[in-house]
Amino acid sequence: MKILVGYKRVVDYNVRVQVKPDGSGVATEGVKLSPNPFDEIALEEALRLRERGVASEVIVVGIGPADLTVHLRNGLAMGANRAIHVVTGDAVQPLTAARALLKLVEKEQPGLVILGKQAIDDDNNQTGQMLAALWDRPQATFASKLHIDAGKARVVREVDAGLETLEIDLPAVVTTDLRLNEPRFIKLPDIMKSKSKPIEALELAALGVEPGDHLEATHYAPPPKRGKGVMVKDVAELVAALKNKGLV
Amino acid sequence: MNKTLIVAEHHDGKLNPATARCVSCAQRIGGDIDVLVLADAPAAVAAAAASLQGVSRVLSVANAANVHALAAVYAPQVKALAADYTHLLAPSTTFGKDLMPRVAALLGVAQVSDLMQVEDAQHFVRPIYAGNALLTVATPAGQTVVATVRTASWPEAAAATQPAPIESRSIDVALPTHTRFIGLESGASDRPDLQSAARVVSGGRALGSADNFKIIYALADTLGAAVGASRAAVDAGYVPSDLQVGQTGKIIAPQLYVAIGISGAIQHLTGIKDAGTIVAINKDAEAPIFEIADFGLVGDLFKLVPELQQALA
Ligand SMILES: Cc1cc2nc3c(=O)[nH]c(=O)nc-3n(C[C@H](O)[C@H](O)[C@H](O)COP(=O)(O)OP(=O)(O)OC[C@H]3O[C@@H](n4cnc5c(N)ncnc54)[C@H](O)[C@@H]3O)c2cc1C
Repeated sequence: MKILVGYKRVVDYNVRVQVKPDGSGVATEGVKLSPNPFDEIALEEALRLRERGVASEVIVVGIGPADLTVHLRNGLAMGANRAIHVVTGDAVQPLTAARALLKLVEKEQPGLVILGKQAIDDDNNQTGQMLAALWDRPQATFASKLHIDAGKARVVREVDAGLETLEIDLPAVVTTDLRLNEPRFIKLPDIMKSKSKPIEALELAALGVEPGDHLEATHYAPPPKRGKGVMVKDVAELVAALKNKGLV
Repeated sequence: MNKTLIVAEHHDGKLNPATARCVSCAQRIGGDIDVLVLADAPAAVAAAAASLQGVSRVLSVANAANVHALAAVYAPQVKALAADYTHLLAPSTTFGKDLMPRVAALLGVAQVSDLMQVEDAQHFVRPIYAGNALLTVATPAGQTVVATVRTASWPEAAAATQPAPIESRSIDVALPTHTRFIGLESGASDRPDLQSAARVVSGGRALGSADNFKIIYALADTLGAAVGASRAAVDAGYVPSDLQVGQTGKIIAPQLYVAIGISGAIQHLTGIKDAGTIVAINKDAEAPIFEIADFGLVGDLFKLVPELQQALA
């Protein structure tokens, strides 16, 4: 079984992004870029399934501009067999990403697609569900445990009420939550090895996908600031302050 | 004229309060507001939805296949009703996040996630980058607007003086059987629900163990508060995952939030920005949590928390 893994590049989670003064976007020039943390978890899970003999091949997919190859090399260094780079000028929105992934699914016929539950830049949390819909296959979102056996997956999902277990027929789409696994670190020899692994580049248009049905970003603003509070010296002062506000 | 359909979230025959928050959001969009209840036995949930102010009509769909909220089963049913509506909403809870993108893709339209403000029927504000920026988006003209509603941004709709009519519907679409519910391990307790509680006490990595977390529960019980946690505390296994507050956990807006031994990482702060009053207890006077706390107290939590509990008891 092949596993297709979505592997997006995002602004690193430690960067506190700033909105440009004219409201036209967020300042991303020169900021640190990293793999989306949820996608690293997706890739790690796929690699573990291959190591257990459940999967035979792991393919990482990136959608983005020409310089994405460096990022995809990371995924190969982590252990993916090969990479597919869907080349686009601009960042694509989830529906377009899902349409592109569907084309790759039709071409590669994976038994499983693992994506992050959300990308930490636009925080949309949509692409996996959209792909599952377009593909007309099951989805198990927010996975914190995944077990595959006899053409089925048993997935424990982190939901608001607790931990839900679903059984889904394969092929299917699974999206990862934080506690599914801890991604491995990339070692130097792996980086060397990754250089000989193939990256296939495909233009979005060549896949037959036109970006469309987009939300138009009209304005970016910084969030409202909370007023600076006060430091209290001890518990008595804290309790008095809370009583004063009628909170206790 | 706008017509909004809200997909009701419910569990164990009870309407989730997140649905009432979607009603407030739909009122800002304006026009008619219908609530769709998909369930095996929808009567009680439908009655609760009908008693929310602003609701024009409740559509009640009884079907054994709807006994669990499976996105793959619910989505084709929502799609089947979509043609009558300009807007389709569900709360931005794990229920709505799972379901609505599937609906949007079936309709071939984009989705607005975590809708926090309505500028008009086609312009909406939503957070990106863990709430570090607020983005206004315009939805494509002539397309159905599909959105999840950031519940912390909206009050619950009040009770109606006159209940809205309830219509029974049957939806004739093929439903998949490829997705099966096996079970739910619920962290449910007698404590208030984290997402709707007026007071929340959260603990972080500093607690050090599940056993030490008892002092957080004790303080919460004294305050009649729900218990929350940072990701670090959940990852370390001190508390179950459904207590995680933040960018990738629950976004909450209690009147009082008490953060104990939590450093205040941006991913955590985005989950509590709408809290009325934030109290922080941390031994590090430089901890970022103090930048947004209304009341900060520097010191050892193992000394201060029991002291605070006693002072409030
Ligand atoms: C993709 C991604 C998503 C994330 N999503 C979330 C999320 O949804 N929610 C979330 O919370 N985090 C999230 N995080 C993690 C986040 O970045 C932080 O790592 C996490 O919030 C830290 O938890 P903490 O504050 O409990 O631990 P720490 O940062 O380790 O802070 C512990 C604090 O306790 C204080 N302390 C220690 N001992 C004592 C004592 N005896 N008395 C008083 N104070 C003491 C320390 O001074 C310190 O400030 C996410 C991270 C990533 C990468």
